[in-house]
Amino acid sequence: MLSYVIFTLTLCGIYALLALSLNLIWGGVGLVNLGLAGFFAVGAYASAIATGAGAPVLIGWSAALVVGAVVGLVVTFATLRLRDDYLAIVTLGFAEVIRLIALNERWLTRGSDGISGIKAPLKAELGLQGFSYVYLAIVTLTVLGVWALLRRLDLSPYGRAMKAIREDQQLAAFAGKAVLRFKLQAFALSAAIAALSGALYAHFQSYVSPDHFQPLITIYIFLAVTAGGVGRPSGAVFGAYLVVIFLEATRFATEWLPGLQPVQVAALREIMIGVALILVLHLRPQGIWPERIPKAPAPSTSPTA
Amino acid sequence: MTAALIIAELKLDFYGVHVLRGVDFTVPAGSFTGLIGPNGAGKSTLFNAVSGLYRPKGGSVRLGAVETTGLPPEKLVAAGLVRSFQLARGFPKLSVFQHLMLYGASQPGESLLPALWRSHTARRREAELAERAHGIARRLRLDHVLDNPVTALSGGQKKLVEIGRALMADPKILLLDEPMAGVNPTLADEIAGHLTALNRDGLTICLIEHDMALIKRLCAPVIVMAEGKVLTQGSFDEVAADARVQEAYLGRRH
Repeated sequence: MLSYVIFTLTLCGIYALLALSLNLIWGGVGLVNLGLAGFFAVGAYASAIATGAGAPVLIGWSAALVVGAVVGLVVTFATLRLRDDYLAIVTLGFAEVIRLIALNERWLTRGSDGISGIKAPLKAELGLQGFSYVYLAIVTLTVLGVWALLRRLDLSPYGRAMKAIREDQQLAAFAGKAVLRFKLQAFALSAAIAALSGALYAHFQSYVSPDHFQPLITIYIFLAVTAGGVGRPSGAVFGAYLVVIFLEATRFATEWLPGLQPVQVAALREIMIGVALILVLHLRPQGIWPERIPKAPAPSTSPTA
Repeated sequence: MTAALIIAELKLDFYGVHVLRGVDFTVPAGSFTGLIGPNGAGKSTLFNAVSGLYRPKGGSVRLGAVETTGLPPEKLVAAGLVRSFQLARGFPKLSVFQHLMLYGASQPGESLLPALWRSHTARRREAELAERAHGIARRLRLDHVLDNPVTALSGGQKKLVEIGRALMADPKILLLDEPMAGVNPTLADEIAGHLTALNRDGLTICLIEHDMALIKRLCAPVIVMAEGKVLTQGSFDEVAADARVQEAYLGRRH
């Protein structure tokens, strides 16, 4: 049971990184990225391939960050003229393209067999139990670090400009903001974080295959950010933990329902997730920890000007 | 007198319709220039072409000595040209204070790394801008609503926020598209008072307005546009006496 809790918390952290990534791009500059699972896959494969070729794990993770950012830039450049629904559709297609590449470019990804035996850092030294503790610590610290950075960004002039672009990008340009620069940077950073999450996932599972990167992941992350509160990094992290724990809890909830086929149980879990989303949207449409308007600092005492 | 804004032969088409047909005029530095003309004369379109929303098809725009034809809005703002919109626009989820801060010129904190490190220069600039924002808010009597989202403001307050945030950008010239439209007469008077005071402090303003009493009181020179061109210009009394202006507003007499 304990190892199951450790497993769930590690998964929570990996989803929290994805939620932070989505919150940056969606809650920040207002771009709907339905291709999150694609960036997640890019990071997972990048690190799996790099470490498979003999690179140390840290180099694999760095490779995931860089490849993620570069792919993010490519996608942004390819979709410069798109907004809203159209961007969402293209990013959804992007994730599918990544999955198909993973499935068909066997020389690189070993196709549907997937890449197995991905290096688990320090597993030999620590043993299975020790590894799972240490890995949970690594993932949790990464979440904390990324959360702290993005929270700083959110509260900085940079975050203010991003939110202005999200609200009205034309007016933001008339406020003197270089809209394109903010979008490119935010998208690259967001893609890099999603890719890092993928890399952490790959070394956690020690196996990746195209099946791991279904669009459903993206939907779960949207659920997490919506439930937690769009536009607030803390809300995104909280939402991710909530969604993963809820997803895992539905396993137990369906156990005591008698006379159900396994297929029906699986469907029931998805129904419960849908109902939960509707409830959250109905009861707290702004999310559980919604975006806050920061207070103006007090003026200095001398009323000049 | 030096010129703050020089518009020469500016042309713009929409789907083959000549909306601007060679507009020529100059806004003298330090002036409170009025831009009037009947609906459809091309006044707002001219603002849009000058401020970077549309790329003109021909002609040129100069800000003082700097050629700015066809520059994107953010470059024009950096060069000192700031505008407001006919319908007060805002960022719904940002507070009044954030609106003001957003328009602050040259912010190091808007670069990724200084924002993440909270660099000294970024924090210092932020503090300077905050002082400035408080000063402008006091001046426009917005200081009691600083933390409100703009959606919670009255129509008149929204207009004041538009003016306030434009001031934050430290403009050389302010293009105002009907800042008093749809506002009750008392507040319109108050806004007019603010604008006069700002102009007296040296700010160049170019104002589109339909209320002739206000134009008469505030503006010199007055430029009259009709059918995509400048019809005439001069003091209010001069243009008001011009038969062509009366014709443009009232229609040809039969």
